[in-house]
Amino acid sequence: MNVVFYLLAAITIGGGLAAVLLKHLVHCALATTVAFAGLALLFLQLDAQFAGFAQILVYIGAVAILIVFAILLTRGSELPKDGVFSRSWFVGLVIAAGVFAVLAWAVLQSVRAVPQQTAAPAVTVRDIGNALVGRYVLPLEIVGLLLTAATIGAVIVAMHEKERPR
Amino acid sequence: MATSPLFTDLDQIFIILRNWLVGFLPAALRPATGIVLEVIAIVCVFPGLFALTTVFERKGLGRIQNRLGPNRVGPYGLFQPIADGIKAIIKEDIVPFSANAVVHFLAPLSLVVAVFMEFAVLPMGRNMVLVDLDAGLLFFFSMSVSTELSVFMAGWSSRNKYSLLGAMRAVAQMISYEVVLLLSSVSVVMIAGSLSLPKIVDAQNSYTGIFPHWYIFTPWGLAGFVMYAIAATAETNRSPFDLPEGESELVAGYHTEYSGFKFALFFLGEYLAMFSISGLGTTLFLGGWSAPFSFLTFVPSWIWFFSKVMMSIFVFIWMRGTLPRLRQDQLMNFAWKFCLPYTLLNLIVTALWHFMGEGWMRWVVCTAILVAVYVFMGRVEMRSEHFGPRRYRYAE
Repeated sequence: MNVVFYLLAAITIGGGLAAVLLKHLVHCALATTVAFAGLALLFLQLDAQFAGFAQILVYIGAVAILIVFAILLTRGSELPKDGVFSRSWFVGLVIAAGVFAVLAWAVLQSVRAVPQQTAAPAVTVRDIGNALVGRYVLPLEIVGLLLTAATIGAVIVAMHEKERPR
Repeated sequence: MATSPLFTDLDQIFIILRNWLVGFLPAALRPATGIVLEVIAIVCVFPGLFALTTVFERKGLGRIQNRLGPNRVGPYGLFQPIADGIKAIIKEDIVPFSANAVVHFLAPLSLVVAVFMEFAVLPMGRNMVLVDLDAGLLFFFSMSVSTELSVFMAGWSSRNKYSLLGAMRAVAQMISYEVVLLLSSVSVVMIAGSLSLPKIVDAQNSYTGIFPHWYIFTPWGLAGFVMYAIAATAETNRSPFDLPEGESELVAGYHTEYSGFKFALFFLGEYLAMFSISGLGTTLFLGGWSAPFSFLTFVPSWIWFFSKVMMSIFVFIWMRGTLPRLRQDQLMNFAWKFCLPYTLLNLIVTALWHFMGEGWMRWVVCTAILVAVYVFMGRVEMRSEHFGPRRYRYAE
């Protein structure tokens, strides 16, 4: 744990908090991007190059753009009259705390299950590629199939319906 | 390989220069100072090239359009960029009243920073790369997609319908062609077996007789390079894909509301993106810093890299002076219905090339598949397309 870690953690948490607390939806989307970038930098700090760059490529390059497009296309970018905070914020808080507790418990358990390694494992992109098309090829294929199905479904939902002759 | 020590020294002159400069400092400071020097070199060289390219472009376009181009400032108008630079700096920086000031300010900055980062992984000569990342190609693409968000920020924060339309066009176009750009580079990664750009150059740096083993001289490499070049032109918003700023329709697209130095930053970002994407194309398909013939290896490697990049820039300018602008629906159809399937096919052909082993057989088979599919998709299928005026669904 060093200065860099705390800086990155501050950026990530700050981005996340801003995404929740800011009033303007597009500002929230941009703040989410800051949180994504902070996460990517945390990955890089842990020497996980592939995960870090993939995080930037997918989350900043695609997901953030998708969010922004969705906001603009649904005309949600105007400020709502009755405040931005939901009335059921307490329920949301409880659910978030529950999820956080489960994840924290799992992380703490994993430290006990796996003995402390002295040297950081050097994982190259080549190893990740070999693992993806070797040991994990079935999950990869399933995810690919699921994404294809989702894409086709989205296209069908969005397809312009031709007017039927009456 | 250079044989004489003089040529080796010339080849490595910048490395020697850096080591000499760093040598004045205590040993503890040396690595950090070396990196700072390299960063300074990148930050100086590419904006310098940008200044030269603006004159080159205006002169070249002038030639193509049968006029003289800038010829008032300095000999042959060579000092024009200095005049333009001074003008950009002393101009008033206007922020529209209803603009979103913070985002409006951040957009050009984040764009230029992300574009500069791309140069970090490009090998510009033998041993001349700032960081040799194991996932260098992925780093390059992750930086180049970050510019999309800056473009959106610029267009949205200006509170101007032309800016917003331009930004939406730009983002839609960049997302569509990015898929083609990525997939066409994947075929190189499949053959070279590495995402590290210096390793990709090394894989191409050998000769049969006098001819080099550049990937463009293989059937899948040629097809991949053509797709890469098309996608790169679209990615940098250059003509014929310059719809995002189409000046006859949208004033200037997403940077309509920018003036003074912020506009200059957008201008710089656009040209730096051209340099970096040409540099990547050079690295992936044109052998990076390796010489085009085996008897020319004595010429310093960095001269080859920069001449290849400037040749690509010349082609960009040539296309801008020659081709008319596409329409939005044509642009999207071209990306998703022609480029994407063809690039996917190219991936399969690359795999076939890899598994067929050495010999003339793979040349015949791979070329035949690529040509046959091109003729079918590009010629026969296109005949059934009708190119009438576009019917606007919501404008009827």
